[in-house]
Formats: sequence, C-alpha cells, structure tokens
Amino acid sequence: MRIHEFQAKALFAEYGIPIAPSRPATSPAEAAAAAVELGLPVVLKAQIHAGGRGKGGGIRRVDDAAAVRRTAEAMLGRPLVTPQTGPEGQIVRALLVERATPIDAEFYLGLTIDRVRRTVAVMASRAGGVDIEETARGHPDAIIMEWIEPAVGLRPFQAFRIAHRLGLPGASARGIAKIVLALYRLFCDKDCSLAEINPLAIDVTGAPVAVDAKLNFDDNALFRRPEIRDLRDVTEEDPLEVEAKSVNLNYIKLDGNVGCLVNGAGLAMATMDLIQLAGARPANFLDVGGGATADMIAKGFELLVGDPNVRAVFINIFGGILRCDVLARGVIQAAQTVDLNIPVIVRLEGTNVEAGREILRSSRISIRTAGDLEEAAALVAAALEEGT
Amino acid sequence: MSILVDRTTRVVVQGITGNEGRFHTVQMIEYGTQIVAGVTPGKGGESVEGVPVFDTVSEAVAEARANAAIIFVPPPFAADAIMEAAEAGVDLVVCLTEGIPVHDMIIARRYLDLAGVRLIGPNTPGLISPGACKLGVMAGYIHRPGRVGIASRSGTLTYEVVHQLTSRGIGQSTCVGIGGDPIVGLSFADLLPMFEDDSETDVVVLIGEIGGSAEEEAAALISERIGTPVVAFIAGRTAPPGRRMGHAGAIITGGTGTAAAKIEALRAAGAFVVESPAEIGRVTAEVITAG
Repeated sequence: MRIHEFQAKALFAEYGIPIAPSRPATSPAEAAAAAVELGLPVVLKAQIHAGGRGKGGGIRRVDDAAAVRRTAEAMLGRPLVTPQTGPEGQIVRALLVERATPIDAEFYLGLTIDRVRRTVAVMASRAGGVDIEETARGHPDAIIMEWIEPAVGLRPFQAFRIAHRLGLPGASARGIAKIVLALYRLFCDKDCSLAEINPLAIDVTGAPVAVDAKLNFDDNALFRRPEIRDLRDVTEEDPLEVEAKSVNLNYIKLDGNVGCLVNGAGLAMATMDLIQLAGARPANFLDVGGGATADMIAKGFELLVGDPNVRAVFINIFGGILRCDVLARGVIQAAQTVDLNIPVIVRLEGTNVEAGREILRSSRISIRTAGDLEEAAALVAAALEEGT
Repeated sequence: MSILVDRTTRVVVQGITGNEGRFHTVQMIEYGTQIVAGVTPGKGGESVEGVPVFDTVSEAVAEARANAAIIFVPPPFAADAIMEAAEAGVDLVVCLTEGIPVHDMIIARRYLDLAGVRLIGPNTPGLISPGACKLGVMAGYIHRPGRVGIASRSGTLTYEVVHQLTSRGIGQSTCVGIGGDPIVGLSFADLLPMFEDDSETDVVVLIGEIGGSAEEEAAALISERIGTPVVAFIAGRTAPPGRRMGHAGAIITGGTGTAAAKIEALRAAGAFVVESPAEIGRVTAEVITAG
C-alpha cells in the first residue's frame, strides 16, 4: 500500500526525522493561507502516489503570496503526468505547501527488502535528487549498501558507516546516522516494504532535513497496522481494481481485447502469454484465487464483459481447491444477469471437471469448450477472426 | 526415488484442527502419506481422523517421531509455527500459508538457516513424490510416478504442466512448489543439485515467473554444474511492467526480474526454454526422447 508524502512526513515527525515546516492544502485559498503562515518562499508539491513528480511539473517553488494562489489553481484538480503515471496522468486532489529549504547538499537514502539476501537493505548515495535510478544503473558503485542481520537489527556502527561514506563532516554525519536509525525503526515498526528520502538534504546551517518522503507498506501486514490502513486513499487507485479487491479478486486492467479469468497468478500470466502468442492481446489480468465462490466468479465475469474493448472471454481454470462445478455455476449465474453477445471460450481441468463440463453443456448459454491449452488458443484466435 | 520426501517421511500437521488442516490431512492420508501427529496449541489429547493431536511440535517429534512438518496456520501465526517446527528438530518444514508479513519471514528464514532446517514455501501448494508421499494440497490423481522432476514458483500452472506430462504418459519423481512470496525457503538453485543427485530424475522442468532473481540464479548454477537437462518456462512474458516499487526496488533488482532477462539467462545456460505454456509437455517429451 502506498501513502502520500504529507502522510509519510507526519510519520517522520513521530520518529524524530527532521522535516521542513509544511501544511497540506486542498484549495488555492488553503494553500495561500498556509504559505502566509509558513513564510515565503514555499514549494507547492502535488500529492499523488506516483513518483517522478518534479519531472512532470508537480513540484513548484513560489516566491510571493499572489503567485501561491495562482500556482495552486493551476495544479489542483488537474491530471499530473509523470514518468510513473502513464499517459493519462493522475488527478491532483491535494498539495503540500512546504517552506523552501536552502540546501547545501543532496543525498539519497532508501530502505527496502532484498529478496536475494533475504533481509532489509539500506542504500545511500551522494548522487541524490531526481536521477538516482540512472545512477544505480550506470554507476552501481556510487550506491552505498548495508545489509541488516535480522537477529540484531541495524547497528549504530552501520548507520555511522553510511554517513561517513557519504563524505559528511562530523556534526552532519551524526545527524544523518540518527536519521538512518530512525528510518529503520519506522520501517520495522510499521511493516514497510519501501522507505525513501530523496533528497535527504543538508541545509545551509549544516542540519539534515528530509525534503521528500516515500513509504510503501506490506499489504500482508495491514491486519496489525490499523493506523496505516486508515491512511489508504482509494481515489489514487483504479476504480475497477478497487471494486475487484473488495470481493477478493486480483484484477489489473490492460488494453487488449480478450478478457481472461483464471485461477492462480502464474497460470493467469501464462494464459495472457498464450493469448498473445495466438495473435490477440489480453484485456486484463484476473486471478480469482484458490478459494473462489460462485459469487466471486460471477463478479469477475461481470468485470470482464463490462469492459467495452473486450471482444471475447477466455476462462481457464485448473481446479484444485477451486472446484470446476463451482466455477461453472458462477459463470452461468453471471451469464444470466448480463447481456452476453461475445464469444466465451472455456477450458476446464482438475477437480470435479466432469460435473463442471456437464453444467456448462446443459445450460442455454453458448460456450465453446476447449480440451487443452493448444485448442483454447486456436478457439480464441478464431473467435476474434469472426468478429472482424 | 525422489527428493526431500518418500514413503518413510513421518509428518506432523500444524493447524490440524482447522478446516483446511483437517480436510487436507484426510486427503494426504488417502494418498498414502504417513501422517503421524497433529499440533494445535490447547487441543493436545484430541484426535483428528485417528491422528493424535499434541499441544506442541516438540511433543509430536518426541512421541510420534515426526521428521517433517506441514503448516496450515493463519498468516499472523505462521512464521512462529515455522520456527517452532525447526526448533523441535524436524528435517523439513512445508508452509502453505498465503499472506505472511514479509518482515516475519525475514526472521523465520534466518532462524531456519541458523538451525540448519529446510523450508518449502510459504505460499506454495507443497510438494509431492507421486505414489510415495504428498505433502501439500495438490490434487494427487493428476500425478503419476516417473522420472521428471518439477520445480515451480506457481500453483495452478504446475498442475497444468503435470497434467500435460501425465497425459503423455510421462511420470514425475518429485514436484516442488517453491512458493510465490518474496522470501521463501528452498529456491530453484537449491533444488537443482538435489535433482541432479537423484538417480531417478532424468529431466527437470523449471517453471518460473517475472520478478525476483531465482531464475537467474538457477541459470548460473545450470551452466556451472548441472548436467541434467532442464526444460524451462517463464510466465509473464506479456505482462506489462508491474507496479513499480519505487527507486529502491529497481536498484535492488538491477537488470534482472524481467521475463526477457530470465529467458536469456536460461537459454545461455543451455536450458530448453519453452515459449508457449501449451507446449511444455511436448518439449519435455522431445528432450526425454533425445535423452
């Protein structure tokens, strides 16, 4: 789960990580009032979940009060396109108004889970700012790494080593080390999957300050972090995906024309690959999971046929825990409630497969059944052929 | 023969009194697995389908001589169950639970490494040596005993591959689901040498997917010291770049993680990479024939 910068900075404050004074604002008037209260100049920062905001004009420095209102007006309620949003952008619903920090130096600090070393990794770089990813690709040795021994956690000497390698003088190094330790504490306490400060700055007085704040959380741990779950902003998420999630379906919308409904993420991805190899394009990823009920199948089916781009539906189920008869009943249930005028191709195998096939055969809806994946791919290609 | 489990494996089921634990205990017994004990804290002294229930895994090991544990415990308690099994002295822990917090798994995996205990999963259907031992939730009847080993990150896609093999008359030695979580126990690179050393595995089918670097590590090992032919499929070639995990995720994975990178690494290592999921059975048959 992702949260906004202003929410992450509130958590930073709780953990003693220094931030510049700031106020969130949802209207130009609020932004102007905040700027007066904080003192000019300020920086207006678009609060969307995607990164790369600076490159898309989502971070603007403003020097006088009249310009604050004007700039806020130009930013609020409009889509912001960044390298991470996709071409349609993301609507800006709130700004963070922050007092501008006169900066002496900029660094990068990040914590994440390293799958290969199976522990938390701390990364830092002297090359802070917007192009950290390019730095990592082109000059991997410019990234300072420390890995945490899970049994003892991050040790202070590691935090100091990071600060030292960043080439900081004594007082600043101590400040940075304290931030590294505090961020690690926050990372563990709140079950983060990612924590980033980019840039982590040293201001003109030599004091460190977190100019940006990014925190992602492990969805699997939200059950024990109600205070984090409350920070979720569903307006930042795709409405169809939110709807699917509410009934425990894992759905991601894509731009193809063959809707697919599959059990299991691996088989769902393999099914998408199969559709592409057959000369078509998948309209979505939909994993109904192992324990899907007839209602969940019906809901998933409705999502697929509700997509105007979808010209054929391909259901591929290998029944294990999810029995084929349950799947078949769900499909029939959904087909009766929607006006079905596109071909449906079904490939069923596994637990109770005969019962499932019989339910589909004896229904009045027209379904093309495939014996195996090869035949299914051919039927999908043929169905699209007819439609053209 | 097989790897990891066989007819002599003595299994304790953690979470045996829950719905899932109870149901699959029956299924595993029917398949022929030796289920010697169950554990649910507070329910010691009861029995489930004739299997004695203990309060702790150490009792199950001491009194029923269990040497492998299978875990059907809800996510908040699963990592603890894994560590309890390791501490009790079993040789192999299989955790099926989906949705364990990743921070819990960092601790559990480190604890098992220190204890020298092998872990399969979590978030896996388990493993099966057809005809000998089923330690998981896969449908037993789709398998048949034979000489192809399977290692997979996926659940239902593995069933699909097994089905393709069995319908061609090709049996399996052992099928292992390594689990779909960021932090799991045994990986492809751990399993390949076991299959290599298994006198009754002739070919290995490796089923990977996008993300992480388990396939790249497997590729490095294959070119280094695996003589057994490997057939590989990577799911997700056509998946769009996933939701980004921010800069730190990209930095950690570097150029790895994409289907293209995995396929290239496996091809370069000499694996037979299959393009279409419909053709895994056919290609495996060809590799066996070419022997």
